[in-house]
This record gives sequence, C-alpha cells and structure tokens, in this order.
Amino acid sequence: MNATVDSLRRAFGDKVGRALVSCGQTIVYVDRSSLAELLRWLKETPDEAYDFLVDVTAVEYRDPELPLEVVYQLRSLARGAELRVKVELPKEGALEVESVVPVWRAADWLEREVYDMFGVTFTGHPDLRRLLMWETYSEGYPLRKDFPLRGRFSRAEQVRRALAANPEANYSLEELSIAQAQYDLPPDMRERLERGERGSIPEPKDERHG
Amino acid sequence: MGLGTDTAGMLTTEGAERTVVGQVSPNWVTTRLDFLVNWARSNSMWPMPFGTACCAIEFMATAASRYDLSRFGMERMGYTPRQADVLLCAGRLPFKLAPVIRRIYDQMPQPKWVISMGACASSGGIFDNYAMVQGIDTVVPVDVYVPGCPPRPEGLLYGILLLHKKVRGETMADPALRRERPLMPGDLRIPARLIDELSEPFGNSIHQTRSA
Repeated sequence: MNATVDSLRRAFGDKVGRALVSCGQTIVYVDRSSLAELLRWLKETPDEAYDFLVDVTAVEYRDPELPLEVVYQLRSLARGAELRVKVELPKEGALEVESVVPVWRAADWLEREVYDMFGVTFTGHPDLRRLLMWETYSEGYPLRKDFPLRGRFSRAEQVRRALAANPEANYSLEELSIAQAQYDLPPDMRERLERGERGSIPEPKDERHG
Repeated sequence: MGLGTDTAGMLTTEGAERTVVGQVSPNWVTTRLDFLVNWARSNSMWPMPFGTACCAIEFMATAASRYDLSRFGMERMGYTPRQADVLLCAGRLPFKLAPVIRRIYDQMPQPKWVISMGACASSGGIFDNYAMVQGIDTVVPVDVYVPGCPPRPEGLLYGILLLHKKVRGETMADPALRRERPLMPGDLRIPARLIDELSEPFGNSIHQTRSA
C-alpha cells in the first residue's frame, strides 16, 4: 500500500502490525519492543528520511477492553511524506514505552505532556516530569477516561494543594540559567542539577570582569 | 456571587473584635480627610493587569484611545505589583497560577483593590474542570466583579466606576478595612466549606464524569 510500510515490513518483519489508510494518512501499528529502533530507522534510512517529529500524543478509547495507543506523527520534510506510527499498550500491563528523545530532541516536551496527561512512562527520557500540571500534582492523569472531569479532590482541597505549590520551583533546568537560583530549588531538582542530568551548572558570571 | 469584602472582612476578623464604624465615631476632621484621601485614591488607581485570556484583549481595548483609561487616571499600568493599586484579573485562572496571583496580591502595598473581570475569573465560567480555579475570590479577596464573556470595555469601565464609588465610601475610622492576615503557602483565605460551596456547578455547567 505504502512504500514505507512495505519496507518497514521487510526490515522489521512481524514487529510491524496492521496498517491502514484513514483520511489519506497511512497509519501503521508497531510492536512496542522495537519502537525506538524502528523510529530511528525511519529517520535515518535515506529513502525514508522522516526527519520531523510532528507530534507525540496518546489515545484512550472509551471501551475499557481496547488498549491505550501512543501515536507518533512523522513527516519527511524533504519528501513531503507523512506517516503515523502507533503503539498499543494494554491497560492491564505497565504503560511503558521507550523514549525517542535520543532520536528527535523535539520528543522531550511532547513525551512529558503524554506522561502528564495519560501517565505513560517513557523509559530513557532524560527528564520525565509533568509539563502542564504542576510537579506536585497528585490527582492522577487528567486525560484518562477514569479521571472525573472536575478532578478527584474537593475544590477546597484543590485550592489548598495548588496554593501550597511553589510557583518558582517549576522552571525546567534549561530555563534555569541563573546559577544563584539553585539554592532555592527543591532538593530533588538540585540533586539532578548537581548530577549533571541536564548540562552543567553555569558559573556565576562576574559582571565587573566580563 | 455575594461574597465580597464584606463577608471576607467578617471572616478575617473572626474571633477578633469586629469594628463597627459607628462606635469609632468619625468626626468632622476624619470625614473631611477621608473625602480628600478617597478623592485622590479613586482618581489615580494604578492597575496591575493580570491578563490570562481573552478578557485581557478587552482590557487592552479599554486602555486604548477609544475608551481611554487615562480619563480615570489609570493609564499607568503597573507591571510590577509593588507599584500598583488595583489587581485586575482579566481571564481564567488555572490552579497552577493560583500561587502566582496570591504572591502578586501579597506584594501589592495597601491600599489595594481587586477587580475580577469576566465570567471565568469570577466563577470559573465554562471551565468547570480539574484545572481551573472556580472564581478568584477563593484565592484573593475581590472588590468588584465584572460579568461578561468577555465584558465589553463599557462593562469594565462601569466596574471601575463602581470601584471608585466603593473607594469614596471608605473611612480611615475603620481599622479593619486594611487589616491583612498573613497567609502561609498552603493556607486558605476563606473556610474550606465556603470554597466548596462557591465552586458548586451552577447555571448550565454540567456535573459530569467522562466515564459516564
């Protein structure tokens, strides 16, 4: 049907599941065990060259029997071709899938958003924290079907917990370029910074000599 | 929506003495001085715009030349809370921003007032969901609510004029007026049951669960 799907089948055999065309988009289901490898292949094989990761998102269906799907929307800027890759995660098992941040840097925040909203853990993600909700948010994963629209806690409890959060503790480590600010950070983030998880701690610049 | 500073003032002085203005007996000097001070205050309110959504667009229109906030001495936007008199919350307030608006309010020097502009800031509006504060009066005390989605500039101006009216009625003989209770990060400004009551679904907001 689609040249990419055919060559995917040749390269990965039974790791590639069913494929279908919906609204002009080719959708291919793949096995989660070789996902990162397969996506890297899609990016680095010259004939495919899916160099642009448009979106990473997830779908949960209302039918509880159906698995949760993680969706990767790929685009090849050179060829103008699009491909949608889906991974099915059965809800009984752990919602875990390998991170593709080593393949596309763009996956960083997209995977954090999926983790935040659906609770899918991306193994190997360098900095898997909540993105939209604050980091100490403890009501669950808002876009899951079993999540009540108004949240799990009472409104008063929600206000109390929201007010207890420190608004200045939510910067990403990249945004935190001011070395002095690190002593105001929560201990776990300070520990991650010192471990060099994201770059190194910038030296305070001396204005007089700079 | 009946929870203004009246209720809040009563709550903050819970257990303490409730000052009744009549007992303090404002005399001729204080009333004349009140008149002067309130005249000055109400004619030079510096707003601190806290614009989070489409209401901020209407606020910009209000500040622009056609509606012209400078007619009321408000053209000087204080983008620092330390130099502002009126916190103007224009737009919905997600829970993530609740500690931010609390801190901005705490940083403003007295005397200070709060205008809640639009349906979302006043009541959560259509966003009756897990992410949105159901009315900023659960986080900071509010003086004037401006209804609308978003309110037209005329509506906001009317709210501002109402605030002027409120300010002209203030008296320095009431020591409870500027009393502020310091709050720790997790503290609630009003009792929890009142927040639950204020946040109840109303109108056409739907109490639903998505698994239903």
